[in-house]
Amino acid sequence: MPGSDSTAHKSKSRRPKYSQFSQQELPAFKLILTPGYVISTFIVVGLIFVPIGLISLFASETVVEIVDRYDNECIPKDFRDNRVEFIKNKQTNKSCTRTFTVPKQMKSPIFIYYQLENFYQNHRRYVKSRSDKQLQSKKNAAHIRECKPMGETDNKDPIIPCGLIAWSLFNDTYGFSVKGKDLKVNKRDIAWGSDKNYKFGADVFPKNFQVGDVGGKSLNSSIPLSEQEDLIVWMRTAALSTFRKLYGKIEDDLQANDVITVVIENNYNTYDFKGTKSLVLSTTSWIGGKNDFLGVTFITIGGICLFLAITFILLYVIKPR
Amino acid sequence: MKRYIYINDDETSQDLYCANRLSNRKYTLMNFLPKNLWEQFSRFMNQYFLLIACLQLWSLITPVNPASTWGPLIFIFAVSATKEAWDDYNRYLSDKKANEKEVWVVKQGIKKLIQSQDIRVGNIVWLRENDEVPCDLVLIGTSDPQGVCYVETAALDGETDLKTRLIPAACMGMDFELLHKIKGVIECPGPDKDIRRFDGNLRLLPPFIDNDVCPLTIKNTILQSCYLRNTEWACGVAVYTGNETKLGMTRGIPEPKLTAVDAMIDKLTGAIFVFQIVVVIVLGTAGNVWKDTEARKQWYVLYPQEFPWYELLVIPLRFELLCSIMIPISIKVSLDLVKSLYAKFIDWDYEMIDPETDTPSHATNTAISEDLAQVEYILTDKTGTLTENRMIFRRCCIGGIFYGNETGDALKDVGLLNAITSGSPDVIRFLTVMAVCNTVIPAKSKAGAILYKAQSQDEEALVHAAAQLHMVLVNKNASILEIKFNGSVLQYEILETLEFTSDRKRMSVVVKDCHSGNISLLSKGADEAILPYAHAGQQTRTFVEAVEQYSQLGLRTLCLAWREVEEDEYQEWSLMFKEASSTLIDREWRIAEVCQRLEHDLKVLGVTAIEDRLQDGVPETIETLRKAGINFWMLTGDKQNTAIQIALSCNFISPEPKGQLLSIDGKTEDEVCRSLERVLLTMRITTSEPKDVAFVVDGWALEIALKHYRKAFTELAILSRTAICCRVTPSQKAQLVELLKSCDYRTLAIGDGGNDVRMIQKADIGVGISGREGLQAARAADYSIGKFRFLKRLILVHGRYSYNRTAFLSQYSFYKSLLICFIQIFFSFISGLSGTSLFNSVSLMAYNVFYTSIPVLVSTIDKDLSEGTVMQHPQILFYCQAGRLLNPSTFAGWFGRSLFHAIVAFVISIHVYAYEKSEMEEVSMVALSGCIWLQAFVVALETK
Repeated sequence: MPGSDSTAHKSKSRRPKYSQFSQQELPAFKLILTPGYVISTFIVVGLIFVPIGLISLFASETVVEIVDRYDNECIPKDFRDNRVEFIKNKQTNKSCTRTFTVPKQMKSPIFIYYQLENFYQNHRRYVKSRSDKQLQSKKNAAHIRECKPMGETDNKDPIIPCGLIAWSLFNDTYGFSVKGKDLKVNKRDIAWGSDKNYKFGADVFPKNFQVGDVGGKSLNSSIPLSEQEDLIVWMRTAALSTFRKLYGKIEDDLQANDVITVVIENNYNTYDFKGTKSLVLSTTSWIGGKNDFLGVTFITIGGICLFLAITFILLYVIKPR
Repeated sequence: MKRYIYINDDETSQDLYCANRLSNRKYTLMNFLPKNLWEQFSRFMNQYFLLIACLQLWSLITPVNPASTWGPLIFIFAVSATKEAWDDYNRYLSDKKANEKEVWVVKQGIKKLIQSQDIRVGNIVWLRENDEVPCDLVLIGTSDPQGVCYVETAALDGETDLKTRLIPAACMGMDFELLHKIKGVIECPGPDKDIRRFDGNLRLLPPFIDNDVCPLTIKNTILQSCYLRNTEWACGVAVYTGNETKLGMTRGIPEPKLTAVDAMIDKLTGAIFVFQIVVVIVLGTAGNVWKDTEARKQWYVLYPQEFPWYELLVIPLRFELLCSIMIPISIKVSLDLVKSLYAKFIDWDYEMIDPETDTPSHATNTAISEDLAQVEYILTDKTGTLTENRMIFRRCCIGGIFYGNETGDALKDVGLLNAITSGSPDVIRFLTVMAVCNTVIPAKSKAGAILYKAQSQDEEALVHAAAQLHMVLVNKNASILEIKFNGSVLQYEILETLEFTSDRKRMSVVVKDCHSGNISLLSKGADEAILPYAHAGQQTRTFVEAVEQYSQLGLRTLCLAWREVEEDEYQEWSLMFKEASSTLIDREWRIAEVCQRLEHDLKVLGVTAIEDRLQDGVPETIETLRKAGINFWMLTGDKQNTAIQIALSCNFISPEPKGQLLSIDGKTEDEVCRSLERVLLTMRITTSEPKDVAFVVDGWALEIALKHYRKAFTELAILSRTAICCRVTPSQKAQLVELLKSCDYRTLAIGDGGNDVRMIQKADIGVGISGREGLQAARAADYSIGKFRFLKRLILVHGRYSYNRTAFLSQYSFYKSLLICFIQIFFSFISGLSGTSLFNSVSLMAYNVFYTSIPVLVSTIDKDLSEGTVMQHPQILFYCQAGRLLNPSTFAGWFGRSLFHAIVAFVISIHVYAYEKSEMEEVSMVALSGCIWLQAFVVALETK
């Protein structure tokens, strides 16, 4: 039959092409967990982790940090029972003076932070209440849809910068002096360069800001947003309800036992929600600020690895399978 | 519902039935979008995702950009819609090609060339050689003077041999001219899908009046999609058209099979969904409480004093959206993707290519490969599956004398050859029956050799053997049959053919010797269908012994018999037969009854024994798979003894004393009941002993057992690892599959012939052997393989790997989604339970698509153990069978792992990265990279 010839030919061509992939014969590496491998892996990990932990712990120890909580002390005695009224009253004198001594020598730059506790910058309603478009460019001034409930004034004029975050800008101020001499606080370059250059426009000026319901700090409407570094820092919302934000830098060294006097304008309302306010002075090391956690974690993990390795060795020696 | 078809009448039947317009399309251009969307949304998962996506449009509650859900959702929908559309478009193209094919049809008495789609019921369609038949036709004329034509039905049933088709008696001898003008009525049942049956009647109208109602059978039809071969032309009346043809009715989308793994994934998804709801309710309530007690004091959040009624819902819904990623949207897509890759691996496998025909294995169903590893019962056919289905005539017993016992080959037995040369009448008769009593078609090849085309392998073997013993079937056209014996030509006129059915188990022909005019009945069939009808004087003992002896050797036996029929008796019977043949109701049964009236007082001539060799590697395959904990049942239409012999020779059952074979038999209910009880008792006792106990049951007893003692039989089925069921019908095979499935066993049915199709379709996995009995089984099956021994590789290698990989991939998908989701939940605890999302839309999407979906595809080529190891230690399959890699407890492990990893990643990213200075975007990036590293580590650890 002529047909059978063609079908035979056809079935021959149906034979699939050979490749390592199609035959599932790709070369493979397989790790077999022999006691030797396991023990040596643990030892290596342990031997690497413990020194790293020690080094970072040491680095963290070299950082000098001064934390001073002032929210209670800066309320005059008569107002201690009525803090909210004090802070909301525009007439009261809010200045207060704090002193503390430097425990160890602090090398410049010394970073000044303010630390808030129980302040939920990560609350959904708060986090979303900003308009990145508006901040970026002048032409997006009317872009206030996301900013609710702080998008426009009662006259329906758009607020620049709009939103709850900008509106609640931190407004305490600090003045430092050592031995009667004022310390200069550098407030430039405290925000990220990328934020200044790209996210906050040089042609965007504050407008209708803090009109009517006043939340926090007011902004000078003749300075563009890209220069308002306090605002830029504040608008990088914190992940935790306890957070620090950079206030400025002191570019002088401080000696041990120097007494620092700080004059604080205590304006910001944290008394409503029982939040705290602290002032933090800190130097840095190569791992950043003071943080023992990293070092402790490394040492713990390395220690566990070494312990396991030793246990396995003992088990292997005493009772081999 | 009956049809009355007026032949060649353009007016009456015009609009009664549909035109011959094929349509396999599921959609039209207009309804594609709504219908396809409706179908996709009828799945629960999709409804869920749509709900989530819609909720995300509400900007007050959405944690992320709605695009992060809509994007993937639309993508997934687009992919499956495109696939559907492409398939449908291809169907449309092939329909269009078939519909616009031009055919010759008689209209108003003139032959015209029209498009196939314009054929109407009642039209006369003309076909030339090698034309495809456009619709179901009743043959009324052919170029052959005897009214025969040949068709190839491969597209219909996969059988490649040519089949003869006959024009009805009433149309015999009509010439070309008359066929244009013919008028008449065909009475036939409404459209159905039985391609082996057509019970109709034809009555011609004046001037062709014949008075007689002429019966029509499937023999008088040519069905759609067949090809006309070896015939110059043929014409027929369209009886079924368009989608109402036999082929059109059989076509249909088979029910999708759901694997055990799929079912488990669905269950786990449900569990995760419940967990998600619990989380949402708890966090939502807590969030509302926190809002009322704490958040109102936070002046900077500026909560209004009055709020709308839905305010209470806002926080729970936010959490719902945050948690919606717990159920990964990509799981279905990636599983479908990797499953089709597994299927391709099967198609590509070099070691599963049939060396004889060069046919690779093929996975028709791409979705169920992991089920292969969970098979617990294999139900196998015998003939053609375990054996090669290459029949060779080996021995025979003629008139009490055994031939071929010494040499094992009767064709070389000197005694037989001598008997033939000396002209022993019994032997000659025997050979005549071998050559005549069959449905084989001899065809002359160009070289002059005679090729036999047979539907039954046994018949082919008999005719071949007869030819070697000098009784050559030379020619057969219509009713005249020519045989050459030792140089002289004998001619027989075939008066009637009493066809083989599985109930009758025999076939007979009534022939008239053209030389002497004597009429005789020649029969062949199973021993129990022939020996009881022997005439009273004959001793059948030797034949019973012969049958016994042969079947113990594993040979297939047939008894041959004949009887002379008087002219009067034949005429009388012939009328009855004709009447029975033209009934429309219960025709098969009526014919069987009439046949019975002629088939009695037979003179038994002898017994033939045909060998069917085992395929290569069958015993090893069965042994290996049995070690892997798979139970085997053999379901065969063959005799009990033959089946047992084959079973012994292929390791199916062990010989005494290691094994024990219990038999359930009996002809009445009581007998069956008693023997069933007895077997069950023995079975219960021996379960503790290390003994291979099997039971054997025949079709008759099985029928009774299934009908009346289903419970006992089910218990037996659970107890018994091996069973042999002989003399079973296709529907009983399917019933047995159902029975095992109802006991919650995963079943695999393997077979090669049309009689296995039902069992293949019923079983969880159907495997077809693309063998000699046509492709019917292979087409209906989920997997088609060339040889039985490939089953080992299919299950142990492909099935096992697929199961392992799917188990890993599905659980990993949940793991990585839960990981990110837990971090979101933890973050909500420190963000005032307000439902803030730590991650932004872009990172979430990137995490799901780039970082997790693509690397894990590596696992699709992962092998935990080498193929050789698995083949050598098939016991390893126990693991997969019991579903130990994917079940609620492994899933709980993955759940715990993701929880633990989430805690680690969260704590470290919050604390290590500068504590109080931590700022949301930084934390989110650190946490995200932590997740990415962790999950990559998990992938590396879990794949080997």
